[in-house]
Amino acid sequence: MTLRLFWIGWLFHLKNLTNSMFFVLVSVLQPVIFASIAFFMFESGNRTGTLLYAALGAGLMGIWSATLFGSGGAIQWQRWQGTLEILVGAPPPFLATLLPLTIATATIGIYSVVGTLAWGRLFFGTPLDFAHPLQVAIAIPATVLSLGALGLLLASTFILYRNANAFANLLEYPVWLATGLLVPLTFLPSWVGPIAWVLSPTWGMTAIREAALGGSAWVEIGMCIGLGIVYLALGSVALRNFERLARSRATLSLT
Amino acid sequence: MTAALRVFVVGGAISYRALFNWITPGMYVTTMLGSPLFQILFFVYLGRYAGTQDDDFFVVGNAIQIAAMSGIYGMTMGIANERQYGTLQPLLATPANRLAIFAGRALPFVANGLVVSAFGFAMSWLILDFRPAEGSVPSLVLAVTVTTGSCVALGMLIGSLGLRARDVFFGANLVYFLMLLVCGVNIANEDLPGWLGAIGRCLPLTHGIEAARELADGAALGDVAGLLWTEALIGLGYAAAAYVLFRVFEAEGRRRASLETY
Repeated sequence: MTLRLFWIGWLFHLKNLTNSMFFVLVSVLQPVIFASIAFFMFESGNRTGTLLYAALGAGLMGIWSATLFGSGGAIQWQRWQGTLEILVGAPPPFLATLLPLTIATATIGIYSVVGTLAWGRLFFGTPLDFAHPLQVAIAIPATVLSLGALGLLLASTFILYRNANAFANLLEYPVWLATGLLVPLTFLPSWVGPIAWVLSPTWGMTAIREAALGGSAWVEIGMCIGLGIVYLALGSVALRNFERLARSRATLSLT
Repeated sequence: MTAALRVFVVGGAISYRALFNWITPGMYVTTMLGSPLFQILFFVYLGRYAGTQDDDFFVVGNAIQIAAMSGIYGMTMGIANERQYGTLQPLLATPANRLAIFAGRALPFVANGLVVSAFGFAMSWLILDFRPAEGSVPSLVLAVTVTTGSCVALGMLIGSLGLRARDVFFGANLVYFLMLLVCGVNIANEDLPGWLGAIGRCLPLTHGIEAARELADGAALGDVAGLLWTEALIGLGYAAAAYVLFRVFEAEGRRRASLETY
């Protein structure tokens, strides 16, 4: 029953988000533009051999943006659409209806990876020779699931902040930077390191790059899954708390 | 003349104030100041890694480009929101001078863009050790003002399209991000393929940023006068096109009774 709910919810939200021009922009066009900027900058800076690196990084940037805007505003959007009370009032736990949404927001980020790789291949001659295709095939879904769980945590905590969308705007660039998606962490101040370690995009990016460019990605995939479980646990506690407070104070539909 | 001036000043101020119906001060700070600051940091670090240009190149490019956020998004909303919130018909039913309505809306966004850009430069001075040439600040202010005005004109054009298009914010977003690529913000125009560089040269920002970089390097205002005049003329071109479109869509909307239909 829960699995069926998850599947139907995920598929519904995936189709819904795919039809949104905003998410097409965030998950396809914006990453392709950022990938192009990185390609041109790396080319003029004579950083050879970094085109695949840039394509994957820009792809992951798209996954983060889709998760951030999709999940960060998930509960707020349900409020605006008047569906929040229906979802909370339905027999399944609210977690079971919200998690498919947050995972769907991360899933549409896969369009970014596909888009930036195809764009790089077609217009910049990016080589698509993956060193370990199997590890890539496992690392990408692991990253998506982990970001989906992070999305749940965002959704359940952003609700405390009235202008969640603005807060989401603020977090886009810092996480792109702090998780080493285009700029290696060694180029950043050392205090950024501990922040990067608790953010799953860092491990997801490293896993995908290790798998694609050579090396073993298993430890990073494990870290991604582990962090995903932690996010899920924290998110479910925060969500239960939100639900309890909203019910007792009758503030569920108040924006 | 007095009535037009009143529409210009009061109408512009009310229109700008109306945005804060939903943009709270907290939202303003995070969106208009916080996010642009991180944009500057992101591209400075990306530039260091890529090894293309020095920090100043990215600071000047992005500190001016972030002013486009106010110009493009703000101005787009300033016009297109009239239709979205159902106030377009009452507005167009008035005999108010359309040019005054239009220009009045633009002025606050130019000022807003200047504030955002100044914040970007100031934070870069604090965090990234950005030091423009001595005595270049007044000329830089002029370059930023001209460039911001030009971006507002582009925002006017997109906003005018919003009188007809269904989802104008998609276009505004797309243009904003494309400017990062083609307007010499992070990639020198000569490093782009010819056709992409040519698109950039037809858009606001490109010449203004080039002028500002030279000014920050110590060039005299007279040395970049040509670039600034080009930037201003591009802005005027977009403003004229926006005004014509606005009047055409207004006339069409009246004729077909479709001002607020989607």
